[in-house]
Amino acid sequence: MDLAFTNEEQAFREEVRQFLCDNVAPEIRRKMVEGRHVPKAEMVTWWRILNKKGWAVSHWPEEYGGTGWTAVQHYIFKEELQMYPAPTPLAFGVSMVGPVIYTFGDEAQKKYYLPRIANVDDWWCQGFSEPGAGSDLASLKTKAKRKDDKWIINGQKTWTTLAQYADKIFCLCRTDPTAAKKQTGISFILIDLNSKGITVRPIQTIDGGYEINEVFFDEVEVPVENLVGEENKGWDYAKFLLANERTGIARVGLSKERIRCIKELALKVESRGRPVIENPSFREKLAVCEIELKALELTQLRVVADEGKYGKDKPDPVSSMLKIKGSEIQQTTTELLMEVIGPFALPYDEHPESSLEAMDWTVQIAPSYFNNRKVSIYGGSDEIQRNIIARAVLGL
Amino acid sequence: MEFELSEEQRLLKESVDGLLTEVYGFERRKKYMKENAGWRKAIWGRLAEQGLLGLPFAESDGGFGAGAVETMIVMEELGRALVLEPFLPTIVIGGGFLRHGGSVAQRAAYIPSIIDGANTFAFAQLERNSRYDLENVVTSAKKKSNGWIVDGEKFVVINGENADVLIVTARTRGAQRDRSGIGVFLVPADAKGVSKKSYPTQDGLRAADITFTKVEVGGDAAIGDPENALSLIERVVDDARTALCAEAIGIMDESLKTTVEYMKTRNQFGVPIGSFQSLQHRAADMFVALEQARSMSMFATMAADFDDAGERAKAVAAAIVQIDKSGKFIGQQSIQLHGGIGMTMDAKIGHYFKRLTMISNTTGGADYHLSRVCESDALL
Repeated sequence: MDLAFTNEEQAFREEVRQFLCDNVAPEIRRKMVEGRHVPKAEMVTWWRILNKKGWAVSHWPEEYGGTGWTAVQHYIFKEELQMYPAPTPLAFGVSMVGPVIYTFGDEAQKKYYLPRIANVDDWWCQGFSEPGAGSDLASLKTKAKRKDDKWIINGQKTWTTLAQYADKIFCLCRTDPTAAKKQTGISFILIDLNSKGITVRPIQTIDGGYEINEVFFDEVEVPVENLVGEENKGWDYAKFLLANERTGIARVGLSKERIRCIKELALKVESRGRPVIENPSFREKLAVCEIELKALELTQLRVVADEGKYGKDKPDPVSSMLKIKGSEIQQTTTELLMEVIGPFALPYDEHPESSLEAMDWTVQIAPSYFNNRKVSIYGGSDEIQRNIIARAVLGL
Repeated sequence: MEFELSEEQRLLKESVDGLLTEVYGFERRKKYMKENAGWRKAIWGRLAEQGLLGLPFAESDGGFGAGAVETMIVMEELGRALVLEPFLPTIVIGGGFLRHGGSVAQRAAYIPSIIDGANTFAFAQLERNSRYDLENVVTSAKKKSNGWIVDGEKFVVINGENADVLIVTARTRGAQRDRSGIGVFLVPADAKGVSKKSYPTQDGLRAADITFTKVEVGGDAAIGDPENALSLIERVVDDARTALCAEAIGIMDESLKTTVEYMKTRNQFGVPIGSFQSLQHRAADMFVALEQARSMSMFATMAADFDDAGERAKAVAAAIVQIDKSGKFIGQQSIQLHGGIGMTMDAKIGHYFKRLTMISNTTGGADYHLSRVCESDALL
């Protein structure tokens, strides 16, 4: 056991950092630091630079364009992206549907979709949740019915993140309504969002933004070959995908970057005649958050180092714990930022009339606080993660 | 970066676990506790036979040259079995002072008798008003011809009554809270002027309050610089606190296992209580708390090799904050989930809880160490 990064690992970190310095547009970085929206075109441009470098799908097997890095290198890469900060590769493509396709898909699917995912030729979104199927995802109702060489899709998906940008959606659809167990009648189908019969409707979230959407399917025709893996085995693929999602969800680098912001801002803003950072109770809360984050960082590295112990298709159930702690810390950091800016959390939207020049980006702090309540809900709520730990780790 | 134990480390873990499984059942522990020393000489001999008492010492001193990770492994296993024998005061603290500050002559005089199990040590540091501040020392050591005269009172000295050698912190000059002017002295337990009052501790160990009245020791009794040994003391105490973190991890791990096992077997309302979701979620939270604590125990262990003493101290402080928080949660909830039986001395879980609680009060716990982290400009 040796917990220090090796010289090679440090050198790798430097290499990644230098690449980010040289290649991330300053505009993107500024928007990320300030918690602002980065437009689709800017993100895609950046991801294509990453793809050209060969780092867009770094964790994929080498035969599909992966890098063959060690687990620690992957961790360093992700952390550097989050800390720089630069947009991390689009999870719906790179971390979700991509691994499902190369693990369970057929040759034609691999050949067609994987390079397009790497280059963001297709923007993917996730069609899992439905109005009646949230935590109880297996009770989903969207139907796919076989008709000749087509699937006919009817139903509704919801909470579909960035569907407004998307070209494709991967959907869980019920293909066998008569199955004895509701989990066994579900299939994993790839759908072109430009198909006739699909309507995307944006939903405004409590931060005032538009990230999520409802997606309606009305007699949508999908070629039969868009089924991934076996018919009625979609639930297994979804579990595989969700566990992958959870390891990425700890967002240690992002929380580190946010703590850096908190320290910077808390030094500038005064309360009762002293910088907020000198307020003992604030300082203690911040220190506790940093300690929890340090612990999470090492826990994540331990999980990463153990990868493969549970077999390729069965991610470590301990990743549920990363989701729980990662969410808690992300939410705490946004809460601490709210405490720092105090009354200036109130203004909604940009306020050009304001004379608070130095604080011009603080308008994003309250929205970010509101928006971050989502992290303990999506990807399997904290309560679902506790169910998983109780069952799969503790055997209760 | 590597998280897997090496082959040798894995064998070490297995050998300690094997030995303790053989000789350290819960019922046997109760008997060992009743022996005069508060622990069992024969068990100490077994630890010596297996080479555990020589682990951290340099090969040139007759040891195995093992590092902080090996100490972590051993302490975690000792925690699991709630071992009473004085590994911490003798090997980690006594051995630590000799390793980090001892002269060639001191190492030659003391280390062989530690490794073969003949002598045990105790660390006489706590004073009436010092709490966890290591620089707060009133006990005095005054120069007299070639030696020193030690006067003062020390409290809650673990293994104090039974130790062969006492390691005493004492002030050679300056005021009560000065960082300079503190020395560390090797005092034979039977030296004239040493008097002890011994008593059991809450967690089943034995401790003593020790008074030093005009105790004369030689000039060779001082470890390191008698006028400036605080950084040595801080170094060794950081190691000891790190070792206690590892012990706490062993205890938390066993507490959770024991509790989950109980939840599977205890039936109420016709079903195992482990089938209730509110209790499942509690157990899941205990698991999360344990893994966070385990990571910080590793972090503190890794920090033992930091060059910067300030960074090392901060890492240990941060680890204690996490381990104290996790330990309180796991300890308290283990009792809660056991219900009535958890309140009894008959069930092992209560003994884990008591030791875990006392570790917190020995290290200083979250409150003290969080304030230390906060004193740093950059925080963690």
